[in-house]
Amino acid sequence: MTPLKITIAATIVSLLLLAGVFELIRSRRLRERYALLWLATGLVLLVLSAWRGGLNTIASWVGVRGYPPAVLFAVGLLFVILVLLHYSTVISRLTDQNATLAQRVALIESELRERRSSTRD
Amino acid sequence: MSAESHAGVPDNALAMRRVAIVPAFNEEKNIVRVLAELRSFDAGLDVVVISDGSTDRTREVAEAHGARVLQLPFNLGIGGAVQTGFRYAWENGYDLALRVDGDGQHDASQLGNVMEPVVAGRADIAIGSRFVATGGYRSSAVRRIGIRLLAWVVTRIARQPLTDTTSGFQVLNRKAIRLYAADLPHDYPEVEGLVMAIRHKMRVCEVPVTMREREHGRSSIGSLASVYYMFKVLLAVFVGLFRKSVVPEDRA
Repeated sequence: MTPLKITIAATIVSLLLLAGVFELIRSRRLRERYALLWLATGLVLLVLSAWRGGLNTIASWVGVRGYPPAVLFAVGLLFVILVLLHYSTVISRLTDQNATLAQRVALIESELRERRSSTRD
Repeated sequence: MSAESHAGVPDNALAMRRVAIVPAFNEEKNIVRVLAELRSFDAGLDVVVISDGSTDRTREVAEAHGARVLQLPFNLGIGGAVQTGFRYAWENGYDLALRVDGDGQHDASQLGNVMEPVVAGRADIAIGSRFVATGGYRSSAVRRIGIRLLAWVVTRIARQPLTDTTSGFQVLNRKAIRLYAADLPHDYPEVEGLVMAIRHKMRVCEVPVTMREREHGRSSIGSLASVYYMFKVLLAVFVGLFRKSVVPEDRA
């Protein structure tokens, strides 16, 4: 069985994470679109922390014996990996968009300079 | 136009709208000669220099020598630079795009040979190859092995012999311009672009050329980095085979 102290500590940390994410969304420093995974992470960790019986059951399903909170670590790590992967796709998209913008700027600027010089003549 | 020279330009190319796409990153020393050679090869050729975030006087020098310059606000790398040129060519209705490097290693007087299969309608993309015929080009052993390996892989994919997959000396028709304007892999545009073009059923052919050593400055790929480069290119080619295409395949 999970020690009570760990349950209390993990629940508090999960609640803090959720509160932090909410605050970032509320103050518009984090777009909902990028916050969804963080909210999911916080919720899953909160449920697994507070619901002691559930954590034990899942631990026994996946063959973790003796120390159920190990499942908390594993799930937490999995979500961190998911969040990182998500950000990699976001960065890739931004890179592509950035390149397209740079190309458009070059094309438009060249056209603009040509028009300016032709009206001056 | 009668007084202007277009020595070596195939006759039926003269009616086509043609543009040279010249990527240049800090090439103020080499660009003058490149532009002069293009001019003397074909006076009816429009020339677009893509200054890829150059911090020297590439832009001023190229403009002073009659080229249109597309100045990228920061360095995108060769693929992003060249694609800017293809976008320009596509949007301005050019029939023929001649890709020539801004560092002077491509000899414009050989462009007539390279463009011939495209002008004659036998190919969508013609590539100037250093290895179809031997001679002229020296490089390190590591690099030669790498080039061979790449050629072997791409030959298998294309089901036709291709020898110089990293050559940027290319001539494209409008169909190929459209493809590269819409989607050109930015990391290794020659090899990856070639594989992509083949997947889009483009007809590719090679024309023997000789290339020169660089006059000023150094190539973007050092000899020591060649192995790492090769590994990355092979990985990119492999992934490219499974990559979703952004351009709908049509065989108009």
